[in-house]
Amino acid sequence: MSKTQTEIKIREKAEQTLPLEGRHGNNVIITSVDKVLSWARQSSVWPMSFGLACCAIEMMATAAGRFDIDRFGMGVMRASPRQSDLMIVAGTVTMKMALRVKKLYEQMPEPKYVLSMGSCATCGGPYWKHGYHVLKGVDQIVPVDVYVAGCPPRPEALLEGLMMIQEKIKREEMLGKKLAPVMAA
Amino acid sequence: MPDVFALQAPPRYEIEDDDLLINIPAPPEKYSGAYLTETYKVNMGPQHPSTHGVLRLELTMDGEVVLSIRPHIGYLHRCFEKHAENLPYAGIVPYTDRMDYLAGLSQNMSFAVAVERLMGIKVPERVEYIRVIICELQRIASHLVAFGTYGLDMGAFTPFLWAFRDREMILDLFEWLTGARLLYNYIWVGGLARDLPEGWVAKTREFLDYFEPKINDFNDLLSYNHIFITRTANVGILPPEVAISYGVTGPNLRGSGVDWDLRRDDPYSIYDRFKWNVALGKGRFGPIGSCWDRYWVRIEEMAESVKICRQALEGLPEGDVHETIPRKARPPKGDVYARTESPRGELGYYVISDGSDVPLRCKARSPCFTAISSLNAVVQHAKKPMLIADVVATVASYDIVLGEVDR
Repeated sequence: MSKTQTEIKIREKAEQTLPLEGRHGNNVIITSVDKVLSWARQSSVWPMSFGLACCAIEMMATAAGRFDIDRFGMGVMRASPRQSDLMIVAGTVTMKMALRVKKLYEQMPEPKYVLSMGSCATCGGPYWKHGYHVLKGVDQIVPVDVYVAGCPPRPEALLEGLMMIQEKIKREEMLGKKLAPVMAA
Repeated sequence: MPDVFALQAPPRYEIEDDDLLINIPAPPEKYSGAYLTETYKVNMGPQHPSTHGVLRLELTMDGEVVLSIRPHIGYLHRCFEKHAENLPYAGIVPYTDRMDYLAGLSQNMSFAVAVERLMGIKVPERVEYIRVIICELQRIASHLVAFGTYGLDMGAFTPFLWAFRDREMILDLFEWLTGARLLYNYIWVGGLARDLPEGWVAKTREFLDYFEPKINDFNDLLSYNHIFITRTANVGILPPEVAISYGVTGPNLRGSGVDWDLRRDDPYSIYDRFKWNVALGKGRFGPIGSCWDRYWVRIEEMAESVKICRQALEGLPEGDVHETIPRKARPPKGDVYARTESPRGELGYYVISDGSDVPLRCKARSPCFTAISSLNAVVQHAKKPMLIADVVATVASYDIVLGEVDR
């Protein structure tokens, strides 16, 4: 056997015994497709810039310099539902608006997430009893992933809700079941 | 846990989408040029980044020229009047906050003034001074949002960040004082929720010293920007007589050059004790009443509010802020209309009492509602054809809050 043939033999032997990760130094990582996709998706969730009422002002404050939503890769507010991954329902959903909210949700491409911000979007809030024109919770028309409590929630609370969305995306499997809705503080 | 995708809207929430069928008028003669095409409708909103909430504008277009605007409202109707008829007077105050969520304290103030006038309560001096201070701070905060979002609508992002940087400082002061960032429930009927905390006055002075020179920065950044002036100074002209005929008030009316400010002309609280100037639009870069004029009135009003704040902080007396709060507000039979100058204009509350602890009727007069009703008049009085970009400039310069329009 020539020298080169010996080398090939040795390499073949090594390939059979060494795991793939160690074979080429620290250059190969083994993971599942699910995890890679989730990692990519959770780092660039694009919310729809879609304000309904008071909570929208706190959402704007979250987007501004002090709280800086951009730290989580969520600063790219899209005006069109067709470019967004996350719908932040920020404010009171009225009967007249409910149809539009549902339509906007349907226009978003999969996978999509909904964050219900504030008491009004979660359950009607202060308008629960006498609000004849207020939808008592946006979960009656679209599936909600994270609820954020408060009237209005502080920007910190909204950020926690957004991090929960990220956590949810991280745990999700493409073929698995959709995870249950959660409540942020 | 139920499968969330399986949930469907219950049948009782079905709403008919019937408001898309409107007669299309023929284009007026003045635009019938070589480019005349068939008119068509464009729906702007209710989800649109520059309608400031959930306003829907139905535009009749001829090519790129807007022929008429028809605003559709009611997407944020939260039944304020129904709530007011079912709640005691003290319980209505938080709902007034939520009507104009950019200026909650001004709304509290207006409602409190109305009920106090009905009950004949004379609040202590200290309460009046604190009210004036926080209402003027609230005016600055509200105008800062107007300034920032106007920049945003005109394609400039930096003013938004600068405005919110300074607004956060005011919100910190409010949070220290009231415990909330946005909706305060602080001005109660007959007094205030709590007294000023220790050190608040010094911090407020510090903020005013910091903020006053910042207004010049804003001017350098946006007000005198050539592109900004070109986009706003000849656009959205609201002539003074039209503004008056539509009942437009506040900065929008003053932008048209009409010298009218309720703080000076129908003084409530203690506004007659302070010296300040009413900011007016003067048509500096184009016809009077343009978008730039309305914008400029807000910038000047911030400086004037700083002046009022300083004077009020100087004269702040000692006293008890809970002294005249009634244990249960039960006004005598009768009605009252009280109006105050909110950051958006004349805000009035008409309250009818039947002698019980719940009002018989409570009507709010909203300045934004009258402002958007004049949108079509702006198009009809335009000297040159109005484009969609000009509609965005006009709507943004009105600084409307949809919570107050729909109530």
